[in-house]
Amino acid sequence: MMEPADLTQLWVYLSTKPLTGLTITLVAYAIGFWLYQKSNRNPVCNPVVIAIAIIAAILHFTGTPYSVYFDGAQFVHFLLGPATVALAVPLFRQMETLKRALPVIIFGVLFGSLMATASTVAIAHLLGASMETLASLAPKSVTTPVAMGIAKEIGGVPALTAVCVIVTGIVGATLGPAVMNMIGLTDWRARGFAMGVAAHGIGTARAFQVNQTAGAFSGLSMGLNTIATALTVPFLWHWLFG
Amino acid sequence: MIAAFALILVCQLFGEVLSELFSLPVPGPVIGLGLLFIGLLIKRKPPKELTDAADNLLMHFSLLFVPAGVGVITQIDRLKSDWLPIAASLVISTLLTIAATAFLMSKLLPKAPATPDAAIPATSDKGAK
Repeated sequence: MMEPADLTQLWVYLSTKPLTGLTITLVAYAIGFWLYQKSNRNPVCNPVVIAIAIIAAILHFTGTPYSVYFDGAQFVHFLLGPATVALAVPLFRQMETLKRALPVIIFGVLFGSLMATASTVAIAHLLGASMETLASLAPKSVTTPVAMGIAKEIGGVPALTAVCVIVTGIVGATLGPAVMNMIGLTDWRARGFAMGVAAHGIGTARAFQVNQTAGAFSGLSMGLNTIATALTVPFLWHWLFG
Repeated sequence: MIAAFALILVCQLFGEVLSELFSLPVPGPVIGLGLLFIGLLIKRKPPKELTDAADNLLMHFSLLFVPAGVGVITQIDRLKSDWLPIAASLVISTLLTIAATAFLMSKLLPKAPATPDAAIPATSDKGAK
């Protein structure tokens, strides 16, 4: 039998090891993914949300600072960079589509990128958000590492951006399909494309689960939007507010 | 597998170096994505090892967002003061972007057969607009 004091000491020891943060991350995600499958892939049971909730609760109740957790979780976080590079592969698989409809696709990506950025900034500004919050919100529709990079570039708070990016992905993945059903859009290519532009990797993961064509188009528009937003938002921002 | 991962990391490293060297506003991994894409265009047929490595990295793409997402606990104060503009703008803007982009693309993309599996002959979309 262990005394409570020993348990506390054990936790103090374990919580300083990167292994703990890493293990918690993988176990929490595995639980989230298991629940997601148990729920018949109900988008409300998003594995990312469940994992974040579990980990946030553990950190809260054990009084562990985020930086200590991140010492371990950074190994997972690090993979976002290589995964972004790896997006070149699904993008390349869409070469035939790209070649056949390049002008339309470029126009669609630029439209979606500007729409996502401008509407967020406008709405948040109207509701009285601070300049720092606006800059953190602006790149919300691209994948986390890129969005954090853009936010830093234009004077936002990268940590807040990460949160906004994930909320965006979850909102898009859970409510996006319902909105498209409501306005009666049945073209899987257009549906996937919109998910990728507006809700990056989380939207793309969802699109792949629903339909292969939708997933492929989502991957395509996500990859191109990452480039479009990274190129346009910093320039527009400095031009408008600089 | 090792060679493929090494290639992906080399692309990212070059991307980071280029981004830093010319103080580009584009993050390193995006330049790395571009470099790898150009490489694939030149090579035309990507090696299976590389596509396997990329697919493995992307299979649980959403897991990679978890550590950054837990960062929400460091932003509680800001979320308390700015929660309404943040929540409202994220939800409205995301759904608006999805609806508008999906509508636009359903009108603009060349017509295709409804079944995703039916291959589209290269000539069939000439008349459709």
